[in-house]
This record gives sequence, structure tokens and C-alpha cells, in this order.
Amino acid sequence: MGKGIVSPGFAGRRRAEGPNLPPGQYLTEDFPVLSAGPTPRIPLDTWAFEVITESGQRHRWSWDELVALPADDVTVDIHCVTKWSKLQTQWRGVAIDTFLEDVETAADFVLAHSYGGYTTNVPLDDLLDGQAWVAYQYEGEPVTPEHGGPARLLVPHLYFWKSAKWVRGLQMLLEDEPGFWEQAGYHDYGDPWREQRYQGD
Amino acid sequence: MARAAVSGRLTWRVARLAEAREETATARTLVLDVPDWPGHLAGQHVDVRLTAEDGYTAQRSYSLASAADRVELTVQRVLDGEVSPYLTDTFKVGDPIEVRGPVGGWFVWRPADTAPVLLVAGGSGVVPLMAMVRARGAAASRIPFRLLYSTRTPDDAIYSEELARRVRDDHGLDVVHLYTRSAPPQDKRGIGRLSVADLAAWGWPPEFEPACFVCGPTGFVEAVADLLVDAGHDPQRIKTERFGG
Repeated sequence: MGKGIVSPGFAGRRRAEGPNLPPGQYLTEDFPVLSAGPTPRIPLDTWAFEVITESGQRHRWSWDELVALPADDVTVDIHCVTKWSKLQTQWRGVAIDTFLEDVETAADFVLAHSYGGYTTNVPLDDLLDGQAWVAYQYEGEPVTPEHGGPARLLVPHLYFWKSAKWVRGLQMLLEDEPGFWEQAGYHDYGDPWREQRYQGD
Repeated sequence: MARAAVSGRLTWRVARLAEAREETATARTLVLDVPDWPGHLAGQHVDVRLTAEDGYTAQRSYSLASAADRVELTVQRVLDGEVSPYLTDTFKVGDPIEVRGPVGGWFVWRPADTAPVLLVAGGSGVVPLMAMVRARGAAASRIPFRLLYSTRTPDDAIYSEELARRVRDDHGLDVVHLYTRSAPPQDKRGIGRLSVADLAAWGWPPEFEPACFVCGPTGFVEAVADLLVDAGHDPQRIKTERFGG
């Protein structure tokens, strides 16, 4: 990337001691909401999370089963493709490794499905080894519906649209399949540190 | 759910401010001269990049306000903002800025779409919806459009004159202004947040299966989308775009 075009009179915020953010991001203290449609309301007594293998095998957890699983408390930075970053957010959730312990799969890719129809694709390797969770608490409280409750996927090392709100399942795939935003021009992988916002980045 | 495929790489283009219009006390429209602009769909946005003398850069996304043939952004000044006060107060005709886009293939309206359209705007959320109204006008479309536009006061409403003119000239377009803080004396509705009664009075019934586009601050969009779902609109036909915390 060459030197940018200077916009006369633009100074920007002083940022000498600012935190290290991915390129093109700015820090926010708020927790903005980004969704493509209305917020679905999912009663806990009908909520379920499923892992569906490439051969069609289904592994299912009810809400009570989810919260009985061993959980992690994690503090992570999150980065939204719309440019905001929020540091040191605290979540409680179940590592994806835990759901996959008894799942036999040769898949390399995952399509996450949400209540309301949203989907997003992530390589399976990016969900393993303590890199991703089904999170049900934010800052010590249940995740609110606007922020993806009762439970959302949390994949903090990728742009936040990969952290699917209202998650209801992971579909194991042998071949990559683009999700909702990925079909609409956004990047297939979405690494904020390589600024992979849109197709071709 | 068909969406626009965006192919190829989105490159940064150097644009220059060709013209600026003050829309309200806090909103300014920037008419940008962008070489080789590929055109866009109503509802899409662009990324804008500003670079300071010392090489520091800041990026933001702004909705396109114009129909496809030109690039216009309407920027609302955000108190304590890093970028918007520059764009509303300092950025001069002839100054350069970097732009890439168009981006987004979901919150869009195409002139070939046949469903009646309900647009619901809160504050500066009207910008991408205005692009749809303008695209409809440019295509001489007769698709029935209704815009419900909520602002605090009449003075906060962007595009008021053009909307009034289009209601007169663009057949099949209705616009209703709703105010939350102060309304003109002749406004029988009075003031208040957008309600289920407003949607019943000025929206489309769910049986018409309208395409609904809701844009505004998060609290506004959450409330309106919930009202539409409760009124019986299919959630799949309600598209939302939110900004702010």
C-alpha cells in the first residue's frame, strides 16, 4: 500500500498511547448492534444447539444440557467489519471443542446456522483448540437478544459477523459454502489483522 | 434470499468534493467526483478513508444517498466524532478523500423488484432509504412506496423539500413525517415515538407482503422491527440497518 492521499486539515485523534488495533479499526466503549433483520426471540424451553456431520448425524443439546457443560470465562477483543473494535469483553461459554468430543467428522469447513435464518462459514480449524465458544453470558449477565442471546457463537479472532448471533447449529462440510454476508460481498475468511473485509481483500 | 454478488476487488479511489449542501444544522451532503465509479444499488454504502499529514488514517462507512449515476453521501455530525465533524465542517470543495465501494448486497432495493415498499427511517437513517426513493424516481417506477420518517423536530428532517416535491411528482410515493419532540401546530398526530398505530395508519398491511426497510439508531430499529413482526409481517421481508450504540 502506497502513501495515502492526505486530506487537508484532517488531524484525527491523538493516539500516542492508544492500544494496538487492527488496520482501519477505531475503539468504541459502546456495544453497537449489527443485524440484517428483526431480532428473533427464542424461548429457552425450545432452544437447542445441534452439530450436524457431513453424513447427516445429529448431536443435540438442550438449554439445560448446554449450561451443564464445562464452561470457560474468556476476556477477548472483538472487531466488527463496520470498523469498531471493543477491547476486553468478558464472556462465558462452552468451547466448540467440547461439542465435538464425540463427533466423528472429516470436514474441513463449518456453516453456522442461526435462528432467523442467518448463516456464516468458518474453517473448522478456526473453531478448535479454545478459539471459539457458544457464549451465553456477557459481562456476567445472560446475553441479550439484540446481542445474540440466548446464545451466540464467539470467534473473536475473526471479524465479528463470524460470531453468529442466535446460533442454533454447526453444519460440518467437506467443501466451503459461503454464508449470509459472504454471499453479499464480504470476505470468506475475515481476518481483521489482514483487513479482510470484502471479497478480494 | 437472492443477493447481489460483488465480484472483483474493491479498490480505493481518490475522490474529490465537487459540491456540498447543508441539509440541516448538523447534516451535510457531499457530492463526490469519483473517477470510474461502477454504479451502485440503492441502499449500498461506501467506505471512506481519511489520511492526516503524519500518515494516520481513519476509516468509516457511509450510506450512499444518491441513485446509481452519482456518488452523494449525507453525513450527520456526531458530537465528539473523529471523522464526521471533519466531513461536515472542514472538508472543502476540491479536497481529496479516498473511497471504496459500493459495499453491501442485502439492504438494497432494485427497480425490478415488484413488491410494495415500506421505508421506516429514524433520524439520519433516512439516507439509504432516500437512495431508494431516488432510484425509484430515476427508473420512473410505479411501485408503491411509503416512507415513515421519524425525527425529533421538523428542523431535523433531512431532504424535506425534495421529499415534498417527489410526493407531488413521483406518483405512488407517500411520505409521512413523525416527530418525537416538537411538531408543527397543524400536525394532528402530535409528538411521540413511532407506534403500532402509526404503522397501522400509514404502513402497508402484512397481507400486501411489502418489502420493509428499517434504518436508524439501534433502539429505533429494534423497536420498529419488533412492531412489524408483531403486526404480522414476515421477518424475512424486514431488512434492517442500524448505526450508533
